[in-house]
Amino acid sequence: MKENKQHTILKAHQLSIGYKTKKAETVIASQINFELQKGQLIGLVGANGIGKSTLLRTLIKVQPELSGSIRLNNKDLKTTTTLELAKQLSIVLTEPLSSKNLSVFELVALGRHPYTNWIGNLTENDTTIIKKAMTLVNILELKDKKCYELSDGQLQKVMIARALAQDTDVIVLDEPTSHLDMYHKAYILKLLQKLTKETGKTILFSSHEIDLAIQLCDTMIVMQKDNVVCNQPCHLITEGVFESLFPKDLIVFDDKTGSFRVTK
Amino acid sequence: MGEQKTYRFQFTLLAFALLVCFVVNISLGSISIPLKSIFGSFFGSVESSSNWNVIIMDYRLPKAITAIMVGSGLGISGLLMQTLFRNPLAGPFVLGISSGASLGVALVILGSGLFGGLFATALITKWSIVIAASLGSFLVLLAVLAVSNKVRDTMAILIIGLMFGSITAAIVSVLSYFSSAEQLQQYIFWGFGSLSNLSWSELLIFFCIYAIGLILSVASIKGLNSLLLGDNYAKSLGLNLKQTRFIIIVATSLIAGTITAFAGPIAFIGLAIPHLTRQIFKTTNHKILLPAVFLFGGIVMLICDTIAQVPNSDYTLPINAITALVGAPVVIWLLVRQRKMMF
Repeated sequence: MKENKQHTILKAHQLSIGYKTKKAETVIASQINFELQKGQLIGLVGANGIGKSTLLRTLIKVQPELSGSIRLNNKDLKTTTTLELAKQLSIVLTEPLSSKNLSVFELVALGRHPYTNWIGNLTENDTTIIKKAMTLVNILELKDKKCYELSDGQLQKVMIARALAQDTDVIVLDEPTSHLDMYHKAYILKLLQKLTKETGKTILFSSHEIDLAIQLCDTMIVMQKDNVVCNQPCHLITEGVFESLFPKDLIVFDDKTGSFRVTK
Repeated sequence: MGEQKTYRFQFTLLAFALLVCFVVNISLGSISIPLKSIFGSFFGSVESSSNWNVIIMDYRLPKAITAIMVGSGLGISGLLMQTLFRNPLAGPFVLGISSGASLGVALVILGSGLFGGLFATALITKWSIVIAASLGSFLVLLAVLAVSNKVRDTMAILIIGLMFGSITAAIVSVLSYFSSAEQLQQYIFWGFGSLSNLSWSELLIFFCIYAIGLILSVASIKGLNSLLLGDNYAKSLGLNLKQTRFIIIVATSLIAGTITAFAGPIAFIGLAIPHLTRQIFKTTNHKILLPAVFLFGGIVMLICDTIAQVPNSDYTLPINAITALVGAPVVIWLLVRQRKMMF
């Protein structure tokens, strides 16, 4: 009974995403259905330009859905206010920070904004949560550094700490591993996996690291031209979803190793 | 650093420096007045009819208060604009606020020839200049607001502000081509900027509008802090982006608009003060920066005014020249030192 009735955090139903102008509607993907459970690590993969970012932007309410519904904690995203959303969902984007002059502590502390008073004073509780977030991602010793002094990998960890400090059920990351070397790609994704285990948060990220995602994710959402599938990685492999992800003239998927290789 | 540092020492020092500059500014001028008489005037222990008392109460004290309001106000609008437009080069005037004010004043002074003789002389009073400047900056603000509701990109708004500046400059040069030497001189004198000549009643109006702008700025402190991350992040932190942007723009135009109206277009203070402040207060938290910029702006403006007075002489240099002479090297120095301007 309990096994089947997991706690659904984020649910998309018959979702259609894209851009709407006065004249026309550009549908990028439609018929998207998935349910994300509490405490899971979910990877969103797909080819370039397939609409991964559009889907994420729709899920975090930066752009409106064309049709269908998104339910966060069983409440329709349309009726959720900005402040309510801020307490349930935090984000890490690819866009650069406006000001790199922020210190690491100041940046992570901004995550507490939905909870602080009108002028943003931090209570003792806030400081404790900020320190805990920094400890979880191992950046406590960086706290007095300015953001412009950090490497890409460090900055990504700091942004994750900020999202953690926001204390939300869901964290959405848009390509957290781009610009990073192979080691740090694995490091960040492994870190995200650890965070879902230790904090019980649901973490959804988009990535091009399909091999790593297969190894680390509980669930994967695979976006293809005409359909979007969501399942456990092992099921997706047996269903042969990854084979059809890219044109076959250059790379093929090896379902034994769960990775792509270049055709000879 | 990092955690909730209060910078109590720096604040005490700055507040003390502001007080010293205030008193020094009042004591120096075409005639030197001893400190004892200054305090005497403040506390009413000197005969109210004495010459010194009149100079202090009707001339130097209003001027010193104006200097503090102008310096702090321009500094704060600069800080707000730099954060809002994510641009270290933004100042209160990038929105075209001062251009709008200049255009209003140019139309009154230079364009008065078009309205004919008698009417023209009646038109050029102090109040008509103040009203024209306020109206001009307010109209430009309305245009910018209308555009900012349509255009999401803050960079575009910045460019539109600059374009307003070019249009104004063009109209002013056309007008000046057709106007007399006296009219041109009058316009140029307004452009020099002036902190003096404000009566107590004018000062009161100035203060009221300035205070509203200041309250709005303080109310946006939290929003300004989240804007440091960028628009999308700020929204994800529960910020009402449209409303915050609106309040910040209104606050800036109220402050910068009245300052330009009463004191003329004063250059560089709005740009340089926030950067100077960031050198001392190594934080990006507006809760610290805003009061620090207030104190710093007041101090720098008092010093500039003291220099402009040329103590113990009858000369008064244009304040706008002094602020540029002080401000421009500061900006160059910052660029050379950091190789990069940040906000």
